Amino acid sequence: MCLAVPGKIVAITDRDGLKMARVDFGGIFRETCLEYVPEAKIGDYCVIHVGFAISLLSESEAKETLALLREIENIEEELGPDPEQAAT
Amino acid sequence: MKYVTEYRDASLVRSVIDEITRTVSRPWTLMEICGGQTHAIVRHGIDQLLPPEIELVHGPGCPVCVTPLELIDRALIIASRTDVIFCSYGDMLRVPGSGRDLFSVKAQGGDVRVVYSPLDAVKLAQKHPEKQVVFFAIGFETTAPANVMSVLQAQRLGLQNYSILVSQVRVPPAIRAILSSPTNRVQGFLLAGHVCAVMGYWEYPPLADEFKVPMSITGFEPLDIVQGILTNVRQLEAGQVDVQNAYTRAVTREGNQVAQKSIDKVFMECDRKWRGIGTILVSGWCLRPEFDRFKAEKRFDVGEIHTEESLVCIAGQILQGLKKPHDCPAFGTECTPENPLGATMVSSEGACAAYYRYGRVSLQND
Ligand code: SF4
Repeated sequence: MCLAVPGKIVAITDRDGLKMARVDFGGIFRETCLEYVPEAKIGDYCVIHVGFAISLLSESEAKETLALLREIENIEEELGPDPEQAAT
Repeated sequence: MKYVTEYRDASLVRSVIDEITRTVSRPWTLMEICGGQTHAIVRHGIDQLLPPEIELVHGPGCPVCVTPLELIDRALIIASRTDVIFCSYGDMLRVPGSGRDLFSVKAQGGDVRVVYSPLDAVKLAQKHPEKQVVFFAIGFETTAPANVMSVLQAQRLGLQNYSILVSQVRVPPAIRAILSSPTNRVQGFLLAGHVCAVMGYWEYPPLADEFKVPMSITGFEPLDIVQGILTNVRQLEAGQVDVQNAYTRAVTREGNQVAQKSIDKVFMECDRKWRGIGTILVSGWCLRPEFDRFKAEKRFDVGEIHTEESLVCIAGQILQGLKKPHDCPAFGTECTPENPLGATMVSSEGACAAYYRYGRVSLQND
C-alpha cells in the first residue's frame, strides 16, 4: 500500500467539486485526486497513493541526489578494484 | 520511466553498496519501518548484497498486518449483512480473521468490493442509495489523507449511506514502543519515505535524540534504499544522532500541510491496538465526534466479539524486529499465501509474504 509509484499528470479535471487528474504511470492511466497538491500542473510528476497525489516530485532534488551518488561511482573508478577483494 | 529507471541503475546501486562496505567498521542492526521497503529489499536481494556487518530487521509498517483481529472480525460481520456493500483495499481480502476472511464472505454472497481509492467507495454510495456503503479505512499516515477526503466528500455530497471502519495507525508511537522495549535490538531506522511525504519529519528528531538512535528518511527504489542505508551507516559510524533526509525529491521537513490540515479536521488521536503487538498509547487516529455519523461501528451494532488468534503465528515479534519469518515453525509449511495463518503471509507488504515469494525459505546465512 505504501509502495506509491510516481506518475505524470496528463490532464486536469473537476469531479463533484474535487480537483482530479488523469495520470500516466508509464503507459497505464489512472484517475487521481489532486486536492492535496493544489499547485500541481500538467506535466508534473507526483507520488500517488491510493488514488491521491501526496507529494510533487522535485526535479532539482532528484538531479542533485543522482549527481551525489554518481560521485561515489566516480571515486570508485579512480580508486580501482578493492585490493582486499582482488587478493581473495 | 522518469523517476523510476534512474533509481534502478544496477551499477550505481553496487557502487553505493561498496561505499557502505568501505564505511562500516562493526555490526549494526537497522530496521526498515515500511513493509513496502521490506518487499523491495528482499525482491532485489539488497539484504544479501550488504556487508555481513549490516543486519536489516523488518518493521511494523504493514497496515494490513497490524489491523487488529477484533476489527477484522467486526468487518466480516458487517460485510455479511445483506444491506451492505463493503469496500476494502485489495490486500485485506485474504487476511485471516477468527476463522474466515473477507474473501470467503464474498464467496458466500456478501457484497465485498475491492477499491483502488476510497473515493471509489464514495462513488458506490452515490450510485446505490438503497445500500449502506462501508469502507475499511486502514493504514498508516499515507492512507489517512485519502481516507479523510472520502468522509469530507460524502459530507459535501450529503450522503446518508456512507461510513468508514477506521484502523488508522502512526509510525512515531510505534518507533517509541520498539525503542522502549528491553529486548530492542534496533540501532538505526530507515524511515518510511511516503509517511514522511505526508507528515514531514519534524516528529522524529526528538525521538532520535531521546533514544540516541539515528534515522534516515528512505524511498522505495533500490537506489533509494541503499542510499538510506548508507546515510544511516554513516550516521552510526560517526556517532551522529540525528534525522537525515535521503529522499529529498519527495519529502520535505514540513510534509504536505494541506493533507495534514484535512487529517486534523476529521481525525483525532487515540490509543490503538496493533495485531500481535498489543495496545500502543496514542498510536493512531479515529473520527472526531463531529463526524460520528460516518462511524461504521456506530451504525452497525455487531454485539460482543470473541477473537481467536492462531497459536503458532509469531507475526507480532516479526513486526517488532525480534524475529525473522523463517524463525516461525509454520513458515512455508502450515502457513503459506494460499493458507495463511497470519496477516504477514498475505499482505503485499508483509515480511512473511516477501520471504515466501522471493524464496528465502532456507536462507542459512541470515
Ligand atoms: S509464517 Fe505465517 S504463522 Fe508464521 S509468523 Fe508468518 S504469518 Fe504467522
